[in-house]
Amino acid sequence: MLEALIQGILLGGYYAVLAAGLSLMFGVVRFINLAHGDMAVLGAMIALWLVQDVGLGVGLAIALTLPAMAALGWLMQRMIFERALRGGFLIPILTTIGLGAALQNGMFGLFGSETKSLGAHIGGLSWASWELPGSIFLGQLPVYMFLTAIVVLGTLHVVLTRTPFGRAVRATATDADAAALCGIDARRVHRGAAAIAVALAGLAGIFLALRAQVTPFAGPMLLIFAFEAVVIGGIGSLRGTLIGGIALGVAQALGGLISPQFSILAGHVVFLAVLAWRMSQSAAAERGGWRSAWAALTLKRQITRGKS
Amino acid sequence: MTEAKVALALSGAEGRHGQLQAIKPLMLTIAENEVVALIGANGAGKTTLMRMIAGLHPFAAGALHLFGRDVTAMSAHERVKAGIALSPEGRRLFGDMTVRENLMIAAENGRRGDWTIATACDAFPQITPLLDRPAGGLSGGQRQAVAIARALVVNPSVLLLDEVSLGLSPAAVDGVYQSLAALRGKMTMVVVEQDLTRAMNFAGRLICMAEGVLELDGNPAVLTREQITNAYFGIHKTTEASHA
Amino acid sequence: MKNLLLPMPQADRKLIWAAAAALAVLAILPSFGSALVVDKLTYLFILIMFATMWNLLAGYAGLVSVGQQAFVGLGGYAMVRMVEAGLPPFPAIFIAALSTGVVAWILSWFVLRMKAGEFAIATWVIAEAIRAMVSFDPIIQGETGTSITALNAYAPEMRRLTIYLLALATATLMLWASWKLLQGHTGAQAQAIRDDEEAAASVGISTFQVKQRIYILASIGCAVAGTLWLASAITFQPRTSFGVQWSVFMLFMVLVGGIGTFIGPILGALLFFALQEIFGDFGAWYLAGVGIVAILFALYLPNGIVGLWLDKGRDEPLSMRKRIQTGR
Repeated sequence: MLEALIQGILLGGYYAVLAAGLSLMFGVVRFINLAHGDMAVLGAMIALWLVQDVGLGVGLAIALTLPAMAALGWLMQRMIFERALRGGFLIPILTTIGLGAALQNGMFGLFGSETKSLGAHIGGLSWASWELPGSIFLGQLPVYMFLTAIVVLGTLHVVLTRTPFGRAVRATATDADAAALCGIDARRVHRGAAAIAVALAGLAGIFLALRAQVTPFAGPMLLIFAFEAVVIGGIGSLRGTLIGGIALGVAQALGGLISPQFSILAGHVVFLAVLAWRMSQSAAAERGGWRSAWAALTLKRQITRGKS
Repeated sequence: MTEAKVALALSGAEGRHGQLQAIKPLMLTIAENEVVALIGANGAGKTTLMRMIAGLHPFAAGALHLFGRDVTAMSAHERVKAGIALSPEGRRLFGDMTVRENLMIAAENGRRGDWTIATACDAFPQITPLLDRPAGGLSGGQRQAVAIARALVVNPSVLLLDEVSLGLSPAAVDGVYQSLAALRGKMTMVVVEQDLTRAMNFAGRLICMAEGVLELDGNPAVLTREQITNAYFGIHKTTEASHA
Repeated sequence: MKNLLLPMPQADRKLIWAAAAALAVLAILPSFGSALVVDKLTYLFILIMFATMWNLLAGYAGLVSVGQQAFVGLGGYAMVRMVEAGLPPFPAIFIAALSTGVVAWILSWFVLRMKAGEFAIATWVIAEAIRAMVSFDPIIQGETGTSITALNAYAPEMRRLTIYLLALATATLMLWASWKLLQGHTGAQAQAIRDDEEAAASVGISTFQVKQRIYILASIGCAVAGTLWLASAITFQPRTSFGVQWSVFMLFMVLVGGIGTFIGPILGALLFFALQEIFGDFGAWYLAGVGIVAILFALYLPNGIVGLWLDKGRDEPLSMRKRIQTGR
């Protein structure tokens, strides 16, 4: 059980990276990218293609894929998302669903349905592990990935809090008009944020390809995980995203002790429970806290009973 | 006599809120280093006009020229780079960030010039002890000072201040106007002000708006109370504008 | 008080007569059409049902659901279970679909309080969660699924004909019911909410109740379309019945046809059906193309085919908007 817990935490790092991109898009650009999971898969596919078909080493492939994904994110923001945002709340959702369908099926057409894994190309690292006291085995790869995730998210945090670009991002996210009055070009900020978000998605996809396999249709499931992590941890803070990712990872790992299908279901259950709790909190807050909400409810009953 | 340069020129400017015509075709010229007070009842269109000049509200028709340059098509951030700065209604500070960060954002994204965070703090000394406090936790007067300082740090050639005294204590308003007094004659300023007395004391030119139209435009030293009141409430019989 | 509303325009009346004529033709078509045509038309009727229901949700109630497959799958699952329990399959089609209304009612308390983006993904997650739970039922055998063998007891010809007529009747009923709904009180309220929710609430419209009504109806509608589809497909597999592609298809049809109009979803369904007939063989590339077309429409033609028609200055056919008499 302890091993499952540790595995869950390590898995959480990967979920946090996956969720960070989604959270960034939503928090800064105010755009829900329903093709986010498919971008992660795309990142994995590109890296796989570089390794398997072009023959590059895994490290070099990753080093090339991430900037490519960033460029792609920048482009998509410029060409697609910016336009979609002008159309009201419906259009971004419709656009990104279409984008997801196009990506999934396009990748399937290009790469076929065989599952692919980068794990085959990193030699012994994919199964090497350390043995801890109490005969707990800690996979080396998961630990490296978790550490990488921490470093990446930490760097992102530093960028957001200490660099001019980061300040511009936070300002635009808080109040786009006021940011414009300070001379910030919101479109530039959005494109930068999109570039980072898609690069993060690509990294998450690569993580997945390293520890497991990737298929062209895996995107939607990844989107769901990302969204669950974001909601569990609370939208708007990187620390929250990390906590959310870990919470999801642990839920899935513990659920997996019961059965493989249950692991994913456990994640859903935790997500829905947290969502329900948050919604009831905000509903109560709208009415001035729990006591007032209850009082309002009983008062309403009295009034309607009095009428009839 | 040297011709003062025209800082801002609005010609045929119209602004709408959906179907409602908020600003009727409007012509306005403001000279360099002029200090203009814009007064009028709520809903007269003052804030809309300011937002239009700053680039936050689109021109339904007409043009805006800044020192002879047509900036009508520019977006808000481009106008900042061209030299217009607005301290907006409601202050609109970045509440989660510190005062210093609010000013840094303006410094990093605005124009280069004499105004830095340091000089802005000199002009508004009440800010200096607050630099590392979150902007959301300040009092109304402090926020107003920060908002104006933030607008200054982008080094504008035209400074627009929307609703300077709204929601502030008299003492706080005093403090703000004291600091602003130092800018008189050195920067073109348009100040929207609810307090008529302050407006008349501070500005060299008083413009009164009612229902999207400029009803009165003149030197406050020369205008009578009756003229101003009539204009304010849209009671039509505007006298000729009398410039000193 | 004299009725201020204008009567239905001539063009619309003609359209309805034409539709009635088409309906008559379709009703007797099996007597001279081939089995393949009957099957394909059944699928078309089911598509029309899906499109109409999704349009009710998104176009009129403003609820963009990416989780309607929850009801497609749930309806199918209920049907499997009911037939297993001994219910004859054809009534089971409808009873199973109606039973999903209960689930919709329960979910509505939860999901209808969410904002648009959260609602979209939350409905998807719920569909996935329901799929996972359903997969646990041993009768489903995990991903393998199960067949409704009771259907095999009927002769293929008779089965095909029955399902065809049931689909035609249900689609017609659905169109008529949504027409009535939208023309009436609920339709006016829903359109008010869609246009400005706060304003609608301020005139006393219970936005939650209106949305709930539409959500439950649309879910039952999707469920019955799903059970009809299952009746013709016979095999129930969680991945297929709970697949998100149902929502993607619905979205495509409504978007391309013209969201928020009555005739839009029908046009969208026809177009989608035609595309599938022509390009379906290209498999994944066809579906990728569908996605790209959806993007293009969302960005450049958000009002769909009906929008194109309106842009040419024509009136919206079978419009839900009421026209008031002006002047003398």
